[in-house]
Amino acid sequence: MFLQINKLNKNFETQSGTLVVLKDIDMAIEQGEFICAVGASGSGKSTLLRQIAGLDHPTTGEVRIEGNSVTGPGPDRGMVFQHYTLFPWKTVQENTEFGLKLQGVPKKERREQASYYLNVVGLSQFAQALPKALSGGMKQRVAIARALASEPKILLMDEPFGALDIHTKESMHEFMIDLWQRTGITVFMITHDVEEAVFLSNRIYALGARPGTVRKVMTISLPNRTHLVKRQSVFHDYRDELMDLLRQHGQEALATL
Amino acid sequence: MSQSTSPHSIQSLIKPKSIRPTVFWRLAEDIPRPLNTVLMIASIAIPLLLWWLVTTFGNIDPKFLPSPAKVMEAFGRLWSTRELLKDTVASLWRVGVGFLFAALLSIPVGVLMGSFPSIRALLEPVFGLMRYMPAPAFIPLLILYLGIGEEPKITLIFIGVFFFNSLMVMDTVKFVPKELIEATYMLGGNRWEALTQVILPHVLPGILDACRINLAAAWQLVIVSELIAATEGLGRRISVAGRFLRTDEIFVGLIVIGVIGLAFDLLFQYLLRLTCSWASQKR
Repeated sequence: MFLQINKLNKNFETQSGTLVVLKDIDMAIEQGEFICAVGASGSGKSTLLRQIAGLDHPTTGEVRIEGNSVTGPGPDRGMVFQHYTLFPWKTVQENTEFGLKLQGVPKKERREQASYYLNVVGLSQFAQALPKALSGGMKQRVAIARALASEPKILLMDEPFGALDIHTKESMHEFMIDLWQRTGITVFMITHDVEEAVFLSNRIYALGARPGTVRKVMTISLPNRTHLVKRQSVFHDYRDELMDLLRQHGQEALATL
Repeated sequence: MSQSTSPHSIQSLIKPKSIRPTVFWRLAEDIPRPLNTVLMIASIAIPLLLWWLVTTFGNIDPKFLPSPAKVMEAFGRLWSTRELLKDTVASLWRVGVGFLFAALLSIPVGVLMGSFPSIRALLEPVFGLMRYMPAPAFIPLLILYLGIGEEPKITLIFIGVFFFNSLMVMDTVKFVPKELIEATYMLGGNRWEALTQVILPHVLPGILDACRINLAAAWQLVIVSELIAATEGLGRRISVAGRFLRTDEIFVGLIVIGVIGLAFDLLFQYLLRLTCSWASQKR
Protein backbone atom coordinates (compact mmCIF):
# COMPACT_ATOMS: atom_id res chain seq x y z
CA MET A 1 0.00 0.00 0.00
CA PHE A 2 1.41 3.37 -1.02
CA LEU A 3 -0.46 5.86 1.16
CA GLN A 4 -2.25 4.55 4.20
CA ILE A 5 -4.33 6.44 6.73
CA ASN A 6 -5.18 4.41 9.82
CA LYS A 7 -7.93 5.31 12.28
CA LEU A 8 -7.10 9.00 12.05
CA ASN A 9 -8.86 11.33 14.50
CA LYS A 10 -8.29 15.04 14.78
CA ASN A 11 -9.73 17.21 17.53
CA PHE A 12 -9.34 20.95 18.03
CA GLU A 13 -9.56 22.41 21.50
CA THR A 14 -11.78 25.50 21.40
CA GLN A 15 -13.16 27.77 24.09
CA SER A 16 -16.49 25.96 23.97
CA GLY A 17 -14.91 22.53 24.31
CA THR A 18 -13.44 19.86 22.08
CA LEU A 19 -14.33 20.04 18.40
CA VAL A 20 -14.10 16.73 16.56
CA VAL A 21 -12.97 17.61 13.03
CA LEU A 22 -11.99 14.21 11.66
CA LYS A 23 -13.33 10.93 13.00
CA ASP A 24 -12.01 7.42 12.25
CA ILE A 25 -10.62 8.18 8.80
CA ASP A 26 -9.27 5.12 7.00
CA MET A 27 -7.84 5.38 3.52
CA ALA A 28 -5.71 3.12 1.37
CA ILE A 29 -4.27 4.53 -1.81
CA GLU A 30 -2.19 2.72 -4.45
CA GLN A 31 0.69 4.20 -6.33
CA GLY A 32 -0.37 6.09 -9.45
CA GLU A 33 -3.95 6.72 -8.36
CA PHE A 34 -5.70 10.05 -8.78
CA ILE A 35 -7.77 10.46 -5.62
CA CYS A 36 -10.18 13.25 -4.81
CA ALA A 37 -11.58 13.78 -1.33
CA VAL A 38 -14.87 15.59 -1.79
CA GLY A 39 -16.86 17.24 0.94
CA ALA A 40 -18.82 20.31 1.90
CA SER A 41 -17.33 22.94 4.17
CA GLY A 42 -16.98 21.51 7.65
CA SER A 43 -16.01 18.07 6.41
CA GLY A 44 -12.43 18.68 7.56
CA LYS A 45 -11.00 17.95 4.13
CA SER A 46 -8.31 20.62 4.31
CA THR A 47 -7.43 19.44 7.81
CA LEU A 48 -7.06 15.91 6.43
CA LEU A 49 -4.65 17.10 3.75
CA ARG A 50 -2.58 18.95 6.34
CA GLN A 51 -2.16 15.69 8.27
CA ILE A 52 -0.88 13.97 5.13
CA ALA A 53 1.41 16.91 4.41
CA GLY A 54 2.75 16.74 7.95
CA LEU A 55 1.91 20.40 8.59
CA ASP A 56 -0.33 19.25 11.43
CA HIS A 57 -0.41 16.16 13.59
CA PRO A 58 -3.34 13.78 14.15
CA THR A 59 -4.79 13.53 17.64
CA THR A 60 -4.79 9.75 17.24
CA GLY A 61 -4.04 7.45 14.32
CA GLU A 62 -1.38 7.87 11.68
CA VAL A 63 -0.52 8.56 8.07
CA ARG A 64 1.96 6.23 6.38
CA ILE A 65 3.65 6.72 3.03
CA GLU A 66 5.39 3.61 1.69
CA GLY A 67 5.18 2.24 5.20
CA ASN A 68 6.89 5.20 6.87
CA SER A 69 4.90 7.24 9.34
CA VAL A 70 4.58 10.92 8.44
CA THR A 71 6.03 13.07 11.21
CA GLY A 72 6.52 16.43 9.53
CA PRO A 73 6.49 18.34 6.25
CA GLY A 74 8.95 17.41 3.54
CA PRO A 75 9.63 17.55 -0.18
CA ASP A 76 8.72 13.89 -0.76
CA ARG A 77 5.16 15.23 -0.84
CA GLY A 78 4.62 18.05 -3.32
CA MET A 79 2.02 20.48 -2.06
CA VAL A 80 -0.12 22.85 -4.11
CA PHE A 81 -2.04 25.26 -1.89
CA GLN A 82 -5.46 26.78 -2.36
CA HIS A 83 -4.07 30.30 -2.27
CA TYR A 84 -1.23 31.43 -4.46
CA THR A 85 1.97 30.67 -2.63
CA LEU A 86 4.59 31.72 -5.15
CA PHE A 87 7.30 33.90 -3.69
CA PRO A 88 6.49 37.29 -5.20
CA TRP A 89 10.09 38.56 -5.29
CA LYS A 90 11.35 35.49 -7.16
CA THR A 91 10.97 34.95 -10.89
CA VAL A 92 9.01 31.94 -12.16
CA GLN A 93 12.32 30.13 -12.76
CA GLU A 94 13.61 30.96 -9.25
CA ASN A 95 10.32 29.87 -7.71
CA THR A 96 10.51 26.55 -9.49
CA GLU A 97 14.14 26.06 -8.45
CA PHE A 98 13.60 27.08 -4.84
CA GLY A 99 12.78 23.63 -3.43
CA LEU A 100 15.83 22.13 -5.13
CA LYS A 101 17.97 24.97 -3.81
CA LEU A 102 16.74 24.27 -0.27
CA GLN A 103 17.66 20.62 -0.78
CA GLY A 104 21.18 21.47 -1.87
CA VAL A 105 20.94 20.61 -5.57
CA PRO A 106 23.77 22.36 -7.49
CA LYS A 107 22.88 25.36 -9.61
CA LYS A 108 23.22 23.74 -13.03
CA GLU A 109 21.16 20.66 -12.21
CA ARG A 110 18.39 22.59 -10.52
CA ARG A 111 18.18 25.00 -13.42
CA GLU A 112 17.78 22.13 -15.87
CA GLN A 113 15.22 20.39 -13.68
CA ALA A 114 13.18 23.57 -13.22
CA SER A 115 13.29 24.32 -16.94
CA TYR A 116 12.08 20.82 -17.69
CA TYR A 117 9.04 21.11 -15.42
CA LEU A 118 8.27 24.66 -16.56
CA ASN A 119 8.14 23.15 -20.02
CA VAL A 120 5.85 20.39 -18.73
CA VAL A 121 3.38 23.00 -17.45
CA GLY A 122 3.81 25.04 -20.63
CA LEU A 123 5.31 28.16 -19.07
CA SER A 124 8.88 28.16 -20.40
CA GLN A 125 8.45 31.53 -22.04
CA PHE A 126 7.51 33.07 -18.65
CA ALA A 127 10.60 31.77 -16.83
CA GLN A 128 11.96 35.26 -16.19
CA ALA A 129 8.60 36.86 -15.27
CA LEU A 130 7.59 37.79 -11.73
CA PRO A 131 4.46 36.08 -10.34
CA LYS A 132 2.50 39.34 -10.38
CA ALA A 133 2.63 39.25 -14.19
CA LEU A 134 0.87 35.87 -14.32
CA SER A 135 -2.83 34.99 -14.35
CA GLY A 136 -4.34 32.80 -11.62
CA GLY A 137 -4.19 29.63 -13.69
CA MET A 138 -0.58 30.27 -14.66
CA LYS A 139 0.36 30.85 -11.02
CA GLN A 140 -1.06 27.48 -10.05
CA ARG A 141 0.77 25.80 -12.93
CA VAL A 142 4.03 27.29 -11.64
CA ALA A 143 3.11 26.02 -8.16
CA ILE A 144 2.60 22.55 -9.66
CA ALA A 145 5.94 22.76 -11.52
CA ARG A 146 7.62 23.86 -8.28
CA ALA A 147 6.15 20.87 -6.42
CA LEU A 148 7.03 18.41 -9.21
CA ALA A 149 10.61 19.67 -9.53
CA SER A 150 11.53 17.88 -6.28
CA GLU A 151 10.25 14.62 -7.84
CA PRO A 152 7.80 13.94 -5.02
CA LYS A 153 6.17 10.57 -4.40
CA ILE A 154 2.75 12.18 -4.27
CA LEU A 155 1.18 15.47 -5.26
CA LEU A 156 -1.10 16.96 -2.58
CA MET A 157 -3.53 19.58 -3.82
CA ASP A 158 -5.81 21.70 -1.64
CA GLU A 159 -8.64 23.04 -3.82
CA PRO A 160 -6.02 24.31 -6.26
CA PHE A 161 -8.49 25.52 -8.87
CA GLY A 162 -11.10 26.98 -6.52
CA ALA A 163 -10.25 30.58 -7.36
CA LEU A 164 -10.20 30.12 -11.15
CA ASP A 165 -12.93 31.02 -13.61
CA ILE A 166 -14.77 28.14 -15.24
CA HIS A 167 -12.89 28.10 -18.55
CA THR A 168 -9.47 28.30 -16.94
CA LYS A 169 -10.60 25.60 -14.56
CA GLU A 170 -11.61 23.34 -17.43
CA SER A 171 -8.30 23.72 -19.19
CA MET A 172 -6.50 23.08 -15.88
CA HIS A 173 -8.49 19.85 -15.56
CA GLU A 174 -7.35 18.65 -18.96
CA PHE A 175 -3.84 19.76 -18.08
CA MET A 176 -3.96 17.67 -14.87
CA ILE A 177 -5.20 14.58 -16.70
CA ASP A 178 -2.43 14.98 -19.27
CA LEU A 179 0.16 15.50 -16.52
CA TRP A 180 -1.08 12.49 -14.57
CA GLN A 181 -1.00 10.22 -17.61
CA ARG A 182 2.46 11.38 -18.65
CA THR A 183 4.20 11.31 -15.26
CA GLY A 184 2.20 8.55 -13.57
CA ILE A 185 2.39 10.49 -10.31
CA THR A 186 0.02 9.76 -7.43
CA VAL A 187 -2.32 12.67 -6.79
CA PHE A 188 -4.40 13.37 -3.70
CA MET A 189 -6.67 16.33 -4.23
CA ILE A 190 -9.19 18.10 -2.00
CA THR A 191 -12.18 19.74 -3.61
CA HIS A 192 -15.82 20.65 -3.04
CA ASP A 193 -16.44 20.68 -6.80
CA VAL A 194 -18.23 17.43 -7.61
CA GLU A 195 -17.75 17.64 -11.38
CA GLU A 196 -14.06 18.33 -10.92
CA ALA A 197 -13.74 15.25 -8.72
CA VAL A 198 -15.59 12.95 -11.12
CA PHE A 199 -13.67 14.19 -14.13
CA LEU A 200 -10.20 13.87 -12.57
CA SER A 201 -10.25 10.93 -10.16
CA ASN A 202 -10.10 7.22 -10.54
CA ARG A 203 -11.45 7.00 -6.98
CA ILE A 204 -13.36 9.45 -4.83
CA TYR A 205 -13.64 9.59 -1.07
CA ALA A 206 -16.91 11.34 -0.20
CA LEU A 207 -16.64 12.98 3.20
CA GLY A 208 -19.53 13.75 5.54
CA ALA A 209 -19.42 16.84 7.71
CA ARG A 210 -19.29 17.58 11.44
CA PRO A 211 -17.41 15.47 12.21
CA GLY A 212 -15.58 14.65 8.97
CA THR A 213 -15.94 10.97 8.18
CA VAL A 214 -15.58 8.85 5.07
CA ARG A 215 -19.16 8.20 3.92
CA LYS A 216 -18.48 6.44 0.69
CA VAL A 217 -15.68 5.41 -1.63
CA MET A 218 -16.57 5.55 -5.31
CA THR A 219 -14.54 4.07 -8.13
CA ILE A 220 -14.88 6.14 -11.27
CA SER A 221 -14.60 4.53 -14.66
CA LEU A 222 -15.03 6.90 -17.57
CA PRO A 223 -14.67 5.97 -21.26
CA ASN A 224 -12.30 8.87 -21.79
CA ARG A 225 -11.06 12.01 -20.04
CA THR A 226 -11.79 14.83 -22.43
CA HIS A 227 -14.28 17.61 -21.76
CA LEU A 228 -16.78 15.83 -24.02
CA VAL A 229 -17.19 13.08 -21.43
CA LYS A 230 -18.92 15.63 -19.22
CA ARG A 231 -21.90 15.47 -21.58
CA GLN A 232 -22.31 11.71 -21.32
CA SER A 233 -24.82 10.02 -19.07
CA VAL A 234 -22.17 7.92 -17.31
CA PHE A 235 -20.59 11.16 -16.11
CA HIS A 236 -23.95 12.55 -15.04
CA ASP A 237 -24.75 9.38 -13.09
CA TYR A 238 -21.55 9.63 -11.05
CA ARG A 239 -22.08 13.33 -10.52
CA ASP A 240 -25.71 12.95 -9.40
CA GLU A 241 -24.92 10.10 -7.07
CA LEU A 242 -22.18 12.10 -5.41
CA MET A 243 -24.34 15.24 -5.28
CA ASP A 244 -27.18 13.35 -3.60
CA LEU A 245 -24.79 11.85 -1.10
CA LEU A 246 -23.33 15.25 -0.19
CA ARG A 247 -26.72 16.95 -0.14
CA GLN A 248 -28.11 14.36 2.24
CA HIS A 249 -25.12 14.78 4.55
CA GLY A 250 -25.31 18.52 4.24
CA GLN A 251 -28.87 18.48 5.48
CA GLU A 252 -28.00 16.18 8.35
CA ALA A 253 -25.18 18.50 9.32
CA LEU A 254 -27.43 21.55 9.13
CA ALA A 255 -29.99 19.86 11.36
CA THR A 256 -27.38 19.31 14.05
CA LEU A 257 -26.25 22.94 14.12
CA MET B 1 -49.35 28.17 10.15
CA SER B 2 -49.77 31.89 10.05
CA GLN B 3 -50.41 33.43 6.70
CA SER B 4 -47.96 36.29 6.20
CA THR B 5 -49.32 39.06 4.05
CA SER B 6 -47.03 40.54 1.49
CA PRO B 7 -45.92 44.04 2.50
CA HIS B 8 -47.00 47.20 0.70
CA SER B 9 -44.62 48.26 -1.99
CA ILE B 10 -41.91 50.53 -0.64
CA GLN B 11 -40.98 51.86 -4.07
CA SER B 12 -42.49 55.27 -3.25
CA LEU B 13 -40.27 55.56 -0.16
CA ILE B 14 -36.99 54.92 -1.94
CA LYS B 15 -35.16 58.20 -2.56
CA PRO B 16 -33.50 58.20 -5.96
CA LYS B 17 -29.79 58.82 -5.84
CA SER B 18 -27.15 59.12 -8.50
CA ILE B 19 -23.41 59.56 -8.48
CA ARG B 20 -22.37 62.33 -10.81
CA PRO B 21 -19.01 62.09 -12.57
CA THR B 22 -16.29 64.31 -11.10
CA VAL B 23 -12.61 65.00 -11.55
CA PHE B 24 -11.55 66.77 -8.36
CA TRP B 25 -13.59 64.74 -5.86
CA ARG B 26 -12.71 61.28 -7.12
CA LEU B 27 -12.72 58.93 -4.17
CA ALA B 28 -9.78 56.50 -4.04
CA GLU B 29 -9.29 56.84 -7.79
CA ASP B 30 -6.49 58.37 -9.80
CA ILE B 31 -6.84 61.96 -10.94
CA PRO B 32 -5.40 63.15 -14.28
CA ARG B 33 -1.63 63.62 -14.19
CA PRO B 34 -1.59 67.34 -15.11
CA LEU B 35 -4.07 68.12 -12.33
CA ASN B 36 -1.94 66.14 -9.92
CA THR B 37 1.17 68.12 -10.88
CA VAL B 38 -0.63 71.47 -10.63
CA LEU B 39 -2.01 70.63 -7.18
CA MET B 40 1.41 69.48 -5.96
CA ILE B 41 3.03 72.71 -7.10
CA ALA B 42 0.19 74.73 -5.56
CA SER B 43 0.77 72.92 -2.27
CA ILE B 44 4.15 74.67 -1.92
CA ALA B 45 3.46 77.80 -3.97
CA ILE B 46 0.29 78.98 -2.20
CA PRO B 47 1.78 79.15 1.33
CA LEU B 48 4.87 80.88 -0.12
CA LEU B 49 2.67 83.37 -1.94
CA LEU B 50 0.57 84.03 1.17
CA TRP B 51 3.72 84.54 3.18
CA TRP B 52 5.02 87.03 0.62
CA LEU B 53 1.67 88.88 0.39
CA VAL B 54 1.28 89.18 4.16
CA THR B 55 4.81 90.47 4.73
CA THR B 56 4.74 92.84 1.73
CA PHE B 57 1.30 94.39 2.05
CA GLY B 58 0.47 93.72 5.67
CA ASN B 59 1.93 96.00 8.29
CA ILE B 60 3.84 93.36 10.21
CA ASP B 61 6.92 93.81 12.34
CA PRO B 62 9.75 91.82 10.65
CA LYS B 63 10.88 90.78 14.12
CA PHE B 64 7.55 88.95 14.27
CA LEU B 65 7.37 87.62 10.71
CA PRO B 66 10.27 88.32 8.32
CA SER B 67 9.66 88.47 4.57
CA PRO B 68 10.88 85.68 2.24
CA ALA B 69 13.55 88.06 0.96
CA LYS B 70 14.88 88.69 4.47
CA VAL B 71 15.00 84.97 5.15
CA MET B 72 16.92 84.42 1.91
CA GLU B 73 19.30 87.14 3.00
CA ALA B 74 19.81 85.48 6.38
CA PHE B 75 20.39 82.18 4.58
CA GLY B 76 23.09 83.79 2.44
CA ARG B 77 24.69 85.33 5.49
CA LEU B 78 24.76 82.08 7.48
CA TRP B 79 25.96 80.16 4.45
CA SER B 80 28.84 82.52 3.69
CA THR B 81 30.17 82.30 7.25
CA ARG B 82 29.94 78.48 6.96
CA GLU B 83 27.96 78.43 10.23
CA LEU B 84 24.95 76.87 8.57
CA LEU B 85 27.02 74.09 7.04
CA LYS B 86 28.67 73.36 10.38
CA ASP B 87 25.27 73.22 12.11
CA THR B 88 23.78 70.99 9.43
CA VAL B 89 26.70 68.58 9.50
CA ALA B 90 26.55 68.40 13.30
CA SER B 91 22.84 67.56 13.28
CA LEU B 92 23.16 65.10 10.39
CA TRP B 93 25.99 63.31 12.15
CA ARG B 94 23.96 62.86 15.34
CA VAL B 95 20.93 61.61 13.44
CA GLY B 96 23.10 59.38 11.28
CA VAL B 97 24.85 57.64 14.16
CA GLY B 98 21.82 57.40 16.46
CA PHE B 99 19.47 56.21 13.73
CA LEU B 100 21.96 53.74 12.28
CA PHE B 101 22.52 52.05 15.64
CA ALA B 102 18.79 51.99 16.35
CA ALA B 103 17.96 50.56 12.92
CA LEU B 104 20.74 47.97 12.96
CA LEU B 105 19.49 46.66 16.30
CA SER B 106 15.74 47.09 15.89
CA ILE B 107 15.46 45.33 12.52
CA PRO B 108 16.70 41.92 13.73
CA VAL B 109 14.88 42.33 17.06
CA GLY B 110 11.64 43.25 15.26
CA VAL B 111 11.95 40.35 12.82
CA LEU B 112 12.55 37.94 15.69
CA MET B 113 9.58 39.36 17.63
CA GLY B 114 7.33 39.00 14.60
CA SER B 115 8.53 35.50 13.75
CA PHE B 116 8.69 33.85 17.16
CA PRO B 117 5.72 34.20 19.54
CA SER B 118 8.08 33.34 22.39
CA ILE B 119 10.35 36.32 21.69
CA ARG B 120 7.28 38.49 21.18
CA ALA B 121 5.84 37.53 24.57
CA LEU B 122 9.21 38.25 26.14
CA LEU B 123 9.74 41.71 24.63
CA GLU B 124 6.43 43.20 23.52
CA PRO B 125 5.15 44.28 26.98
CA VAL B 126 8.31 46.15 27.91
CA PHE B 127 8.68 47.66 24.42
CA GLY B 128 5.04 48.72 24.45
CA LEU B 129 5.64 50.47 27.76
CA MET B 130 8.84 52.15 26.62
CA ARG B 131 7.16 53.37 23.47
CA TYR B 132 4.74 55.47 25.49
CA MET B 133 7.51 57.21 27.41
CA PRO B 134 8.33 60.30 25.33
CA ALA B 135 12.01 60.21 24.45
CA PRO B 136 12.57 63.90 25.38
CA ALA B 137 11.47 63.02 28.93
CA PHE B 138 14.68 61.00 29.20
CA ILE B 139 16.86 64.08 28.67
CA PRO B 140 17.45 64.85 32.38
CA LEU B 141 18.41 61.24 33.03
CA LEU B 142 20.66 61.12 29.98
CA ILE B 143 22.46 64.27 31.08
CA LEU B 144 22.85 62.79 34.55
CA TYR B 145 24.24 59.50 33.21
CA LEU B 146 26.15 60.61 30.13
CA GLY B 147 26.98 64.30 30.63
CA ILE B 148 26.35 66.94 28.00
CA GLY B 149 28.51 65.73 25.10
CA GLU B 150 27.42 63.82 22.03
CA GLU B 151 26.52 60.63 23.90
CA PRO B 152 23.24 61.79 25.48
CA LYS B 153 22.05 63.26 22.14
CA ILE B 154 22.78 60.08 20.20
CA THR B 155 21.26 57.96 22.97
CA LEU B 156 18.12 60.10 22.89
CA ILE B 157 17.71 59.40 19.16
CA PHE B 158 18.39 55.73 19.77
CA ILE B 159 15.68 55.54 22.46
CA GLY B 160 13.21 57.44 20.31
CA VAL B 161 13.72 55.20 17.29
CA PHE B 162 14.59 51.74 18.62
CA PHE B 163 11.32 50.81 20.34
CA PHE B 164 9.03 52.22 17.67
CA ASN B 165 11.02 50.67 14.86
CA SER B 166 11.14 47.25 16.55
CA LEU B 167 7.37 47.20 16.98
CA MET B 168 6.70 48.42 13.45
CA VAL B 169 9.04 45.82 11.94
CA MET B 170 7.33 43.18 14.08
CA ASP B 171 4.00 44.21 12.60
CA THR B 172 5.21 43.83 9.02
CA VAL B 173 6.33 40.28 9.81
CA LYS B 174 2.80 39.45 10.96
CA PHE B 175 1.61 40.08 7.41
CA VAL B 176 3.72 37.30 5.91
CA PRO B 177 1.14 34.72 4.76
CA LYS B 178 1.41 31.52 6.78
CA GLU B 179 1.08 29.52 3.56
CA LEU B 180 4.38 30.92 2.24
CA ILE B 181 6.17 29.54 5.29
CA GLU B 182 4.36 26.22 5.03
CA ALA B 183 5.18 26.07 1.32
CA THR B 184 8.84 26.53 2.28
CA TYR B 185 8.64 23.59 4.69
CA MET B 186 6.97 21.44 2.02
CA LEU B 187 9.81 22.30 -0.38
CA GLY B 188 12.37 21.01 2.11
CA GLY B 189 13.27 24.19 3.98
CA ASN B 190 13.84 24.39 7.72
CA ARG B 191 12.97 27.22 10.11
CA TRP B 192 16.21 29.07 9.57
CA GLU B 193 15.74 28.98 5.80
CA ALA B 194 12.13 30.10 6.12
CA LEU B 195 13.30 33.02 8.27
CA THR B 196 16.19 34.16 6.11
CA GLN B 197 14.98 33.26 2.63
CA VAL B 198 11.24 33.87 2.89
CA ILE B 199 10.30 36.09 5.83
CA LEU B 200 13.22 38.50 5.43
CA PRO B 201 12.79 39.27 1.72
CA HIS B 202 9.03 39.46 2.20
CA VAL B 203 9.27 42.12 4.93
CA LEU B 204 12.06 44.16 3.34
CA PRO B 205 9.66 46.76 1.87
CA GLY B 206 7.90 47.02 5.23
CA ILE B 207 11.24 47.48 7.01
CA LEU B 208 12.28 50.25 4.63
CA ASP B 209 8.94 51.95 5.18
CA ALA B 210 9.22 51.69 8.98
CA CYS B 211 12.73 53.16 8.80
CA ARG B 212 11.49 55.99 6.61
CA ILE B 213 8.80 56.93 9.13
CA ASN B 214 11.11 56.65 12.12
CA LEU B 215 13.85 58.67 10.48
CA ALA B 216 11.42 61.59 10.65
CA ALA B 217 11.15 60.99 14.40
CA ALA B 218 14.94 60.87 14.70
CA TRP B 219 15.19 64.17 12.86
CA GLN B 220 12.77 65.78 15.30
CA LEU B 221 14.63 64.42 18.31
CA VAL B 222 18.01 65.76 17.23
CA ILE B 223 16.55 69.25 17.15
CA VAL B 224 15.05 68.77 20.60
CA SER B 225 18.32 67.44 21.99
CA GLU B 226 20.20 70.45 20.65
CA LEU B 227 17.79 72.88 22.24
CA ILE B 228 19.13 71.78 25.64
CA ALA B 229 22.90 71.80 25.47
CA ALA B 230 24.95 72.05 22.34
CA THR B 231 27.57 74.28 20.78
CA GLU B 232 26.43 73.66 17.21
CA GLY B 233 23.54 72.09 15.33
CA LEU B 234 20.38 73.30 13.66
CA GLY B 235 18.40 73.10 16.88
CA ARG B 236 21.07 75.10 18.65
CA ARG B 237 20.96 77.66 15.84
CA ILE B 238 17.23 78.13 16.30
CA SER B 239 17.42 78.46 20.06
CA VAL B 240 20.23 81.03 19.86
CA ALA B 241 18.38 82.98 17.17
CA GLY B 242 15.31 82.97 19.38
CA ARG B 243 17.25 84.44 22.28
CA PHE B 244 18.41 87.37 20.13
CA LEU B 245 15.07 87.76 18.32
CA ARG B 246 16.64 86.93 14.95
CA THR B 247 13.40 85.62 13.54
CA ASP B 248 14.83 85.36 10.02
CA GLU B 249 17.45 82.88 11.26
CA ILE B 250 14.76 80.81 12.97
CA PHE B 251 13.04 80.54 9.61
CA VAL B 252 16.28 79.54 7.90
CA GLY B 253 16.77 76.79 10.47
CA LEU B 254 13.21 75.52 10.13
CA ILE B 255 13.31 75.46 6.33
CA VAL B 256 16.67 73.66 6.19
CA ILE B 257 15.37 71.06 8.66
CA GLY B 258 12.23 70.55 6.57
CA VAL B 259 14.07 70.27 3.25
CA ILE B 260 16.60 67.76 4.59
CA GLY B 261 13.83 65.68 6.14
CA LEU B 262 11.92 65.65 2.87
CA ALA B 263 15.08 64.68 0.99
CA PHE B 264 15.53 61.68 3.33
CA ASP B 265 11.93 60.68 2.77
CA LEU B 266 12.30 60.81 -1.01
CA LEU B 267 15.55 58.88 -0.78
CA PHE B 268 13.84 56.07 1.12
CA GLN B 269 10.94 56.02 -1.33
CA TYR B 270 13.44 55.75 -4.16
CA LEU B 271 15.26 52.90 -2.39
CA LEU B 272 11.96 51.13 -1.89
CA ARG B 273 11.09 51.34 -5.59
CA LEU B 274 14.60 50.26 -6.55
CA THR B 275 14.86 47.17 -4.36
CA CYS B 276 11.27 46.01 -4.11
CA SER B 277 9.66 46.45 -7.50
CA TRP B 278 7.86 43.13 -6.91
CA ALA B 279 5.89 44.70 -4.07
CA SER B 280 4.65 47.76 -5.95
CA GLN B 281 0.92 47.70 -6.38
CA LYS B 282 -0.64 48.87 -9.58
CA ARG B 283 -2.15 52.27 -9.02
